[in-house]
Amino acid sequence: MHELSIAMSIVEFAEEEALRRGAKVSAVHLKLGALAGVVKSALQSSYEMACENTRLQGSQLIVEEVPVVVYCPSCRADRPLRSIQFFSCAECGAPTSQVVQGKELEVVALEIQE
Amino acid sequence: MNSEPRLVEVRKNVLKQNDLVARALRTRFREAGVFVASLVSSPGSGKTAFLEKALTQLRKAFRVAALVGDLATDNDAARLARSQAPVKQITTGTLCHLEAAMVQSALEGWNLSELDFLFIENVGNLVCPSSYDLGEAMRLVLLSVTEGEDKPLKYPTIFNSADVAIVTKIDLADAVEFDWATASANIQAVRPGMKVFKLSTKSGEGVEDFLKYLEGRLTEARRTSVA
Repeated sequence: MHELSIAMSIVEFAEEEALRRGAKVSAVHLKLGALAGVVKSALQSSYEMACENTRLQGSQLIVEEVPVVVYCPSCRADRPLRSIQFFSCAECGAPTSQVVQGKELEVVALEIQE
Repeated sequence: MNSEPRLVEVRKNVLKQNDLVARALRTRFREAGVFVASLVSSPGSGKTAFLEKALTQLRKAFRVAALVGDLATDNDAARLARSQAPVKQITTGTLCHLEAAMVQSALEGWNLSELDFLFIENVGNLVCPSSYDLGEAMRLVLLSVTEGEDKPLKYPTIFNSADVAIVTKIDLADAVEFDWATASANIQAVRPGMKVFKLSTKSGEGVEDFLKYLEGRLTEARRTSVA
């Protein structure tokens, strides 16, 4: 259960931004990769807890889930992953471990009211 | 405050702080010439027993040390101390994983250039440690035969984040009807090309093979860092 500490870092960052801009943050947009090792629902409820008694109280966490993309040595191109239980190219089936996308845990935008 | 909300783009990697500390540690380890291996597994898969064995054996020819993460007790550190190698406990409290900063502060006062191998035993947990880089050169994931062959499919993220898998307690394989072919296929499914070792800390079978591999990795790491 490390989602709470992650949620707290997100809130801390958003609070700093809110203070710096003299604005109110109403929503935080987060990119979450399927391989980030973070459970979306646990993060959502942790976020609510982390927001309590901060400037972010009442704000929303909007999570965009990012699918895994791998480099396929056989297609010589970036391809979707067949499944997280099957590290192979969704197109041709060649096994691959080269993750190109899917480890993201990144705040990408804030909705602010000035 | 009455204006319409507007969207501002920002860019903040939530784990950036950890990644930065991990990167600094990795550079420090490389410059000191110490090969750092971390261990992850579920609770009870034999990390501590394996580490005690590895430390005892390696100590005959190398300078070894270990950091061990545990939620509440120092039992693991006490067990590992029997190997006579320097061991330091990191008590994480309720935290389910180690972070790079904990490794960094645990290493205060240690002269890393006096070491050949440093092991970092993570908290027994197959979920949370996957997100946190500790600056290690190699991440080992342990899987005991008593846990079943499908562990890699249930926890693909941690298996995918590891470099080498070790199947432990193989002396019990027959008793629990462990299906090696299935386990191996599952490991390869979530991490194609992963190197896998099988060993028993109790009987000693397979331990030597793994330690030879580790020595090879140390030699290779030192050669490439000089070049």
